Amino acid sequence: MRNVGIIMRRELASYFATPVAYVFILIFLVLASAFTFYLGGFYERGQADLDPFFTFHPWLYLFLIPALSMRLWAEERKSGTIELLMTQPVTLWDAVLGKFLAAWLFTALALALTFPLWITVNYLGKPDNGAILAAYLGSLLLAGGFLAIGSCMSALTRNQVVAFILGVVACFGFLLAGFPMVLDLFRGWAPLALVDAIASLSFLTHYESIAKGVIDVRDLLYFAMLIGFFLFATAIVLEWRKAD
Amino acid sequence: MIKTEHLTKRYDALTAVEDVSFQVGPGEVLGFLGPNGAGKTTTMRMLAGFITPSSGSASICGHDVAGAPLAAKAALGYLPEGAPSYGEMTVRGFLAFVADLRGLAGARRRERLSHVIEHLQLQGVLEQTIDTLSKGFRRRVGLAQAIVHDPPVLILDEPTDGLDPNQKHEVRTLINQMARDKIIVISTHILEEVDAVCTRAIVIARGRIVADDTPAGLAARSRYHNAVSLQLEEPGQLAAARAALAGLPAVAEVEVSERDARLTALPRSGGMILPAVSELAAREGLKLQELHLESGRLDEVFRTITA
Repeated sequence: MRNVGIIMRRELASYFATPVAYVFILIFLVLASAFTFYLGGFYERGQADLDPFFTFHPWLYLFLIPALSMRLWAEERKSGTIELLMTQPVTLWDAVLGKFLAAWLFTALALALTFPLWITVNYLGKPDNGAILAAYLGSLLLAGGFLAIGSCMSALTRNQVVAFILGVVACFGFLLAGFPMVLDLFRGWAPLALVDAIASLSFLTHYESIAKGVIDVRDLLYFAMLIGFFLFATAIVLEWRKAD
Repeated sequence: MIKTEHLTKRYDALTAVEDVSFQVGPGEVLGFLGPNGAGKTTTMRMLAGFITPSSGSASICGHDVAGAPLAAKAALGYLPEGAPSYGEMTVRGFLAFVADLRGLAGARRRERLSHVIEHLQLQGVLEQTIDTLSKGFRRRVGLAQAIVHDPPVLILDEPTDGLDPNQKHEVRTLINQMARDKIIVISTHILEEVDAVCTRAIVIARGRIVADDTPAGLAARSRYHNAVSLQLEEPGQLAAARAALAGLPAVAEVEVSERDARLTALPRSGGMILPAVSELAAREGLKLQELHLESGRLDEVFRTITA
């Protein structure tokens, strides 16, 4: 675990040593606010909650998170530093986990910086702060899921653009899995159990219930397993083709 | 001790390294030679645990690289080809990061960091990001990272590639300083390096070991081993000198370079012909600028055994 911490700190510091961190946080805050106020009608609704803010997170993450995760492994492979890292006395798992946690911590920071919205809504009315906290947790878990998928896609290639596109497509698939247009593709021929399984893989269904303030163990478990699965897949992919 | 047994790496149709076995003990500096693409880097990566061999095994100080990777890596300092490092980090930050991963702490960490910084003369660039450094400094940062934990075994993949002559000299001096109490393996395709630092050389071609010898032993395989080279003051004497040399029974062949009026007499089966040649030069009244005995030409041996 010591090595996970060392790798995580280095990774996190490197975000701030390059413009990545500042550009990401700025764009995230600008877009999150724009969605909340213009598309979500924050004032017009006349309700003291942050629903219009959290509703758009999945769509915001769809493009922003792959942009953050694309460099996780692709850059290490491109610059050859993966050879340096993997010949230190660390396990592959230390590295996969350390880098993922750095990215996740970073999105947590970006998310935390939206606190003026929370202050605003508390100033304007009496929101259910427990529900807001739950929604923040849901959003963080969602970001973690996207990041784990992005980490795996980044491990597949040494080209960051390819990693980005693969990340967006894979995340989009998970986002849409619960939508009728996807399910209809399977409904004609697949057994009902499979259709249900696909529907239950969707980010949206699990996220939306947490975002409404309902913390269900099954939703938490879903995100934990999803993150675990894709980090495991990242490690497998790296083991398989880290030297290519 | 480094030990490899029947180390082999196959990629689909291509066999990059085939049945490579050798042992290296303390105090030895092994030069790993071969043309580009011969399998040097693949072998080093397998030793460092970055690539898993298709078959065969490697161990570092008794720790099997596949079975006990962390122990093997802990005993090893490794400079990957091209000395990759995190470009956005400062030199100080990067070395501190590696020291942490190497488990150095407290006074020992401070002492080792200041030791490598001083040894590789990095004091002036500590706060610079690695991206802004020259190639020579980057290579030194790579070397500093490899030795920060004072490992018993060092594997350096092309440590002087791309450096200018002064920097090459510095790196070689450093390797020679460390050679006494460490096992060092360096890969190179620069032959002068073998003479400069190695006590032993393994030549690899198309993935296989084709020679394993001391640098002097390798040079002795050359046609030029014990050859005598003469440079004449008067180019006019070339033809006569050539005829006279060719007449000596112990001389197999005479090569002539008109450009600098130089003759090289090659002995039959490595015999000693220097006394006979110098006697002949005196007898024939050849005016010599230079007369010397060659120990052998590594580049010629290299070409012969790797072609």
